[in-house]
Amino acid sequence: MSPLPFLTPRRRSRLAGIALNVAGKTLWMLLVLWGITLISFWVIHLAPGSPTDLETTLNPLAGEAARQRLEALYGLDRPLYVQYWDWLTRLLHFDFGNSMSADARPVLTKILERLPLTVGMNVTALVLTLLIAIPVGILSASRQNSLLDRTVTVLVFLGFAMPSFWLALLLMMFFGIDLQWLPISGLTSMDYASLSPWGKFCDLARHLALPILVYTVGGLAGMSRYMRACMLEVLRQDYILTARAKGLSPGAIIWRHALPNALLPVITLLGLSVPGLIGGSVIIESIFALPGLGQLFYTAVMARDYTMIMGNLVLGAVLTLAGNVLADVCYGLADPRIRSAREKN
Amino acid sequence: MPGGVAKPEGPLLALKDVSRAFGVRRGWLGEQRRLIAVDRVSLDVSAGESLGLVGESGCGKSTLGRLACGLLAPSSGQVLLEGRALPLAGARSWAAGRIQMVFQDPFSSLNPRMSARAAVAEPLAAQGVPRAEQRRRAEEMLATVGLDGLGGRYPHEFSGGQRQRIAVARALITRPEVVICDEPVSALDASVQAQVLNLLRDAQERFGPAYLFISHDLAVVGFMCRRILVMYLGQIVEEAAREQLFAGAAHPYSQALLASMPTGASRKEGELLPPPLEGELPSPLNPPPGCRFHPRCPKAVGICRREPPAWKELAPGWRARCHLA
Ligand SMILES: Nc1ncnc2c1ncn2[C@@H]1O[C@H](COP(=O)(O)OP(=O)(O)OP(=O)(O)O)[C@@H](O)[C@H]1O
Ligand code: SF4
Ligand SMILES: [Mg+2]
Repeated sequence: MSPLPFLTPRRRSRLAGIALNVAGKTLWMLLVLWGITLISFWVIHLAPGSPTDLETTLNPLAGEAARQRLEALYGLDRPLYVQYWDWLTRLLHFDFGNSMSADARPVLTKILERLPLTVGMNVTALVLTLLIAIPVGILSASRQNSLLDRTVTVLVFLGFAMPSFWLALLLMMFFGIDLQWLPISGLTSMDYASLSPWGKFCDLARHLALPILVYTVGGLAGMSRYMRACMLEVLRQDYILTARAKGLSPGAIIWRHALPNALLPVITLLGLSVPGLIGGSVIIESIFALPGLGQLFYTAVMARDYTMIMGNLVLGAVLTLAGNVLADVCYGLADPRIRSAREKN
Repeated sequence: MPGGVAKPEGPLLALKDVSRAFGVRRGWLGEQRRLIAVDRVSLDVSAGESLGLVGESGCGKSTLGRLACGLLAPSSGQVLLEGRALPLAGARSWAAGRIQMVFQDPFSSLNPRMSARAAVAEPLAAQGVPRAEQRRRAEEMLATVGLDGLGGRYPHEFSGGQRQRIAVARALITRPEVVICDEPVSALDASVQAQVLNLLRDAQERFGPAYLFISHDLAVVGFMCRRILVMYLGQIVEEAAREQLFAGAAHPYSQALLASMPTGASRKEGELLPPPLEGELPSPLNPPPGCRFHPRCPKAVGICRREPPAWKELAPGWRARCHLA
């Protein structure tokens, strides 16, 4: 990509334009966010079951009185709109409420506990995916129909067809059980506390290697295919031919003409993948016994832990919207066509 | 060299029996077949002249243009620049910057992320000219093509005609000896076409490059070029001076092209061209035997179906490939 333009006055005014645009967008997005919370709050409460089920209906010792006491405790006996209003005003103070599960700890604390693991894994996997998929896409596009391209195509379709849980189990069997190189589950070893900082890092890395590999393989197929398509589209433009006629080397043609144009659509794709960073796959996290957000959300849904579910949804919605804005800003910085359209507004 | 007019100093750019085949595959597992897009073409371009190449869509004009500037390698035959074999276009080619191209589509021929100035200056960068000098010369060249002071703009901020001017500026900046113009005005409105054609003519007077001017429009080629080649299904079928061709072409295909030319008056109103000929251009995958034009030729006789016609020299610089010429 072109280096971020920060210096000249013309570019500064460009940035100001983008900032104004982002401000407008943010306002609009807050509105959308509000709509999302409104609808999900209603839907969740309409779903059968209640957070008190675990402690009452399923507990033969607890009677109707206990249920009512719990409902009063959680505020569930009030009309829905009052509950919503209460929840919303607290949200405005960044108070997500307490979890309705047995531990009753603040939702935000519980989410923040698990955020680093899920986000860390996903970001690492995304970076790895990009680091592999972009060069692979470029190579197979610039040698279209070569042996390399065909091999990559076959591998990609294998990647598409392979369910991630199956790959996870296969990898566990091979690296964990047959070779015994890597631990097969959990986040840390027993002696983790006694390790040096470097030892701790290595221990974590060994535990996370397989899940990150599974995530990476999952994203690789689509991303490299997408990159190849973008690149092919650019390579068949006439300005690539003229670049060759000018006497540029193949490397310079790819680097200066093809790649910057082919990467533009990837920016959008990355923006769209931001919410996925906390999405965390329930399946993968369960297989590797990792305490990530995916599992947290899954148990919250199962237990009808309303505040926890809403907390997760709000986080997801905020990230989705933020990803959109981010993609917009990056696109605006990178693409002259959009840049100048903004300046005119 | 069949019929080529030998100039004392030799041609600047010469194609000798150049063919180019593409492997094409029908469907995923279909057999590979050879499509001969350009079939044993010979032509000479002398310094400073403009040579026209005219023919229907799909007859191989663009492929020929790309062969002539080293963007494609010939399957057989030779492309010579000043008598030396032209290498494929690339960084270390001795011919880099000496042959440039102007393409048809003004929207795909400019990198959308490069300002006009950067696009025009880049060929100089490839030659290692210092930055300040690049910029100065790019601005100067943009002024020459009538885009004074607009160098900071990006391609989408220009009209089609203006973009084509940028493409011309980019092609001329290295002072090339040959510019291949591949339908440079076909995508433009009739009124803008004339401006760009005039620009190309002025540029030739000022900087002196030779043009290989490709078009499906005989009127445009006639405006630009003194010498014209007529191409049909990968082969050159007639070569003649402009006056000769317009006064009375020898090959029935050239005659058909002339007959389908609208008169000057109706052209100006931007009228669509009538279809030049009966029937479709046959697929170059299996060209008709004998004379390739015989299925559509109003004058075809028995021998036309069996034997491909050889070149016939009708006058110096005028030859045609027809049994009846
Ligand atoms: N890369 C390629 N692979 C396969 N076939 C090709 C390739 N390039 C051109 N052809 C074929 O070669 C023939 C000539 O194509 P070319 O583009 O040279 O024609 P053209 O005269 O320039 O047509 P137009 O006026 O439409 O630009 C066509 O049949 C085309 O399908
Ligand atoms: S050789 Fe025969 S078919 Fe071919 S152009 Fe001449 S008359 Fe027509
Ligand atoms: Mg063409």
